[in-house]
Amino acid sequence: MPVILATDIIVYLVFAFIGFIFWSACARDGYARQVWTHIRGNRLAIISALILAAYAGVALSDSIRWRDSVMLYNGKVAVSPENKTIYSSEALSILDRVFHKARANTEKTFSAPMADKLYVKETIELEDGTTIRDYAALKYPSTHLLGTDKVGGDVFFSAMKGVRTGVVIGTGTTLVVIPFAIIFGVMAGYFGGRIDDLIQYVYTTLASIPGILLIVSFMLIFGSHGYQGGLITDANLMLGVFVPSDRLFWLCLIMGITSWTDLCRIIRGETLKLRELEYVQAARAFAVPRVLIMVRHIVPNIMHLVLITMVLQFSGLVLAEAVLSYIGIGVGPEAGSWGNMINTARLELARDPVVWWSLLGAFAFMFALVLPANIFGDAVRDALDPKVNTKTKSGGD
Amino acid sequence: MAPIIEVKNLRTYFNTPKGTARAVDGVSFNIDAGETLALVGESGCGKSMTALSLIQLVPEPNGFIAEGEILLDGLDITRLPEYEKRRIRGNDIAMIFQEPMTSLNPVLTIGSQIIETIRLHQGLSQKAARAHAIEMLDRMKLPSPKTLIDEYPHRLSGGMRQRIMIAMALACKPKLLIADEPTTALDVTIQREILTLIKELKEELGTAVLLITHNLALVSGNADKVGVMYGGKIVESASAKDIFKNPLHPYTKSLLHSLPSITNRNEGLETIEGTVPEPTNFPKGCRFAKRCSSEMEGCSRLEPTLTAENKEDHLVSCHLFDPEFMSESRARPAGKMREPVMDFSRVDDSDAATRPLVLEVKGLKVHYPIKKGIFKKTVGHVRAVDGIDISIERGSTLALVGESGCGKTTTGKAIMQLIDATEGSVLLKGKELTTLNTEDMRPMRELMQIIFQDPYSSLNPRIKVGGIIEEGLKSLKPDLNDKERKDKVSEVLRMVGLSSDMSNRYPHEFSGGQRSRIGIARVLVVEPELIICDEATSALDVSVQAQILNLLRSVQIEFGLSYLFITHDLGIVEYMADKVAVMYEGKVIEYGRTEEVLGRPKEEYTKKLLQAVPTID
Repeated sequence: MPVILATDIIVYLVFAFIGFIFWSACARDGYARQVWTHIRGNRLAIISALILAAYAGVALSDSIRWRDSVMLYNGKVAVSPENKTIYSSEALSILDRVFHKARANTEKTFSAPMADKLYVKETIELEDGTTIRDYAALKYPSTHLLGTDKVGGDVFFSAMKGVRTGVVIGTGTTLVVIPFAIIFGVMAGYFGGRIDDLIQYVYTTLASIPGILLIVSFMLIFGSHGYQGGLITDANLMLGVFVPSDRLFWLCLIMGITSWTDLCRIIRGETLKLRELEYVQAARAFAVPRVLIMVRHIVPNIMHLVLITMVLQFSGLVLAEAVLSYIGIGVGPEAGSWGNMINTARLELARDPVVWWSLLGAFAFMFALVLPANIFGDAVRDALDPKVNTKTKSGGD
Repeated sequence: MAPIIEVKNLRTYFNTPKGTARAVDGVSFNIDAGETLALVGESGCGKSMTALSLIQLVPEPNGFIAEGEILLDGLDITRLPEYEKRRIRGNDIAMIFQEPMTSLNPVLTIGSQIIETIRLHQGLSQKAARAHAIEMLDRMKLPSPKTLIDEYPHRLSGGMRQRIMIAMALACKPKLLIADEPTTALDVTIQREILTLIKELKEELGTAVLLITHNLALVSGNADKVGVMYGGKIVESASAKDIFKNPLHPYTKSLLHSLPSITNRNEGLETIEGTVPEPTNFPKGCRFAKRCSSEMEGCSRLEPTLTAENKEDHLVSCHLFDPEFMSESRARPAGKMREPVMDFSRVDDSDAATRPLVLEVKGLKVHYPIKKGIFKKTVGHVRAVDGIDISIERGSTLALVGESGCGKTTTGKAIMQLIDATEGSVLLKGKELTTLNTEDMRPMRELMQIIFQDPYSSLNPRIKVGGIIEEGLKSLKPDLNDKERKDKVSEVLRMVGLSSDMSNRYPHEFSGGQRSRIGIARVLVVEPELIICDEATSALDVSVQAQILNLLRSVQIEFGLSYLFITHDLGIVEYMADKVAVMYEGKVIEYGRTEEVLGRPKEEYTKKLLQAVPTID
């Protein structure tokens, strides 16, 4: 029985978008093709794109999940008294199923990457009945690529589970921020006067409320129940295919609502500058409708700012999730997230001997997402800029 | 007497992605004490880079001095270590820049900025330096220097700021003053004051001056020697008198002939075809050959050398003056067709008064309220335009002249209905515009269009040229189908001298002059009857300006267009306009036929304005 979460929709949308871009880039000519030709010349950007695609693939595989039916000992499917199939309370994604071993093969507690013994001494009873304190052998030696955490879970697997959370937080929040920021920013800048006053008033108010406070209250109202990640809780057991109350979804929404103000302010300022430019004046002289002026003349000329701001904010968003998880209102502890990993790493780094691999895992995965995102973002911005884009073509004239 | 500065075979190169740009490519000159050398040329000829090389501020790390010597009092400064160069900069060689608005730091007082320079180089005490700074301000003829010294730059006008820049530059009595387009951003009346000031101080202090300018007229009367630069080289150098009286190089001649004035107003201006060559890719042989009207067969093969002609100090670099070259077969003309001079003779306009009026403006006022306090109470008004009456007959040109801030651009925009008029009426072909709403205004926009000053900011960089030109058609002539629109775009591109396949390119792929043409094409395509040209050529080089003015004149004659020419350049007014309106502080103070207003001005201000305009005599 498939289960679709509200945040899965975001991942599917991202994939639909990638698919659309890919399809139009493969078309014979057109803008996307031209942009793609430009990006193709940049080897670093291509590598970045491949890494990003890998992340997106992991996120997608972690967003397609279904609940298995419960099997009885006799090999038959368990049914309820109403003769309905009983499903397991766990909705396992493709990722869970592919890394089934890493998920299931838990140890007792900490173990270093690729170690064959535990990281902590414990009392072991020998065959002759004497007990010694030593590092016990692992149940599954040399299989944990990044070691195990306190409860023996595979760190590499947790980090993989964090990919979906990171991607959803980054893109989901961006999907909320961009329309808000562009529509309000351009309107405030272009119309000025009362509309400008109103929009400025709204975002100044919003920006002056401490963000954490707003997020906490929002999450307490909307995000305190519902799907927390991992298990479908008892409360949700009777729910159907679609699970709208997903904590991560509310988190994206509220983080989007609290973080559109910066970009909006930048866009308003840029629009104020652009509206006085002569090409906008010329369009007005041609009686071009105002909406069309904004769409044709203003928005394309602020997109580079949007791209830069969003790429820079992306890492901030992933980190914000860590902070929020720390105070207990982020994604649930069952859903893997780099934020949660960094939180626990705080204590692990304080103990002696130091457990460093959780932090390393989270860091490496985040780094490998944010850096290519930056590089690829730059390449896209260049490719979208006709000045850079067409220089090579028309070098001679 | 040994010259203060001697430049020998200076080459300043730049590493660019396209290859090495030879911005300055073998320039030699010297300047004596108390002498002014003017380097003249169009943008991209290397004149500013020569100045930066002299003060050792070539932009690093891409730029470098590849070869040559710069001898300051006999000492080669190119080879000095950086700390020695710093001692020379500001002390022995000082520089003033084009834009006075951005060359002073807005958060420091004027005094502290001048005193900083003085103390750094002269080692004076704070008190002595302050006294010296006040003395310098006094010399600049600035009012009440003792209080002015503690003012912040934003309280001063552009002209005053430029004087402060000069005070700062001359405070350490430099041996050489470099003035890079010192008056380009200023009004003519202030321009004259600044140049006179530089001249007086130079004579008083014995400073050598290097004046960099694109304005030929400015040179006459303000320079002793002139070097005309083209493609990183000096192509002609002579005393200021000789260069105007007896120009030898075809480039110099063309430059002089492309200036619009009253004398050539009935014919097309001489233009230089083509564009300035890229410094990464200079043509072989004479760099001007491809654009030269007297090109000979051998010109693009052999590079001419700078040799003396007629007089010892009149140097020219052209094969025409090389007897050996001229005696050989390669001196055959390259067989270029000379374009016939266009005939722009004015129709007998005795009937002008009876021709129908295209535009009539009565008592136009634009006042901006000054709002203060939380409740935005209006406490007063800025009278940007304060009662203007003008009219334009069909097929004629009215020039609106005035200095910056006089309200001429605001007038243009108010006529265009881009800003709301406070009072008064604007009649376009007899129809009142100020009371129309957006929808009723739409058909009127077809009749009246505007061309802007800046060829760079007037085209949206993200839309292809075809799309830019189509925009007006889509909005004003929505009945046209795709094909008709495309045809019209190609047609208008050809009309302005571009090829129709250029519609598929982005604006940045074009030069300034081509962009101006695109701006004109965008307007012409909707077939207006009145075009407002707001400083339409002031950002262009003279030879390009000549092309654009020719284009505007020829379409005017062909379609019977009327122009409202907003400009500060009186040369253009003389050349283009049938009638002139002189604006001052929001009002038209003198209005009449061009010959009358410019020939026999009645108002004091008009006279002052005319006197200030630099002319070639």
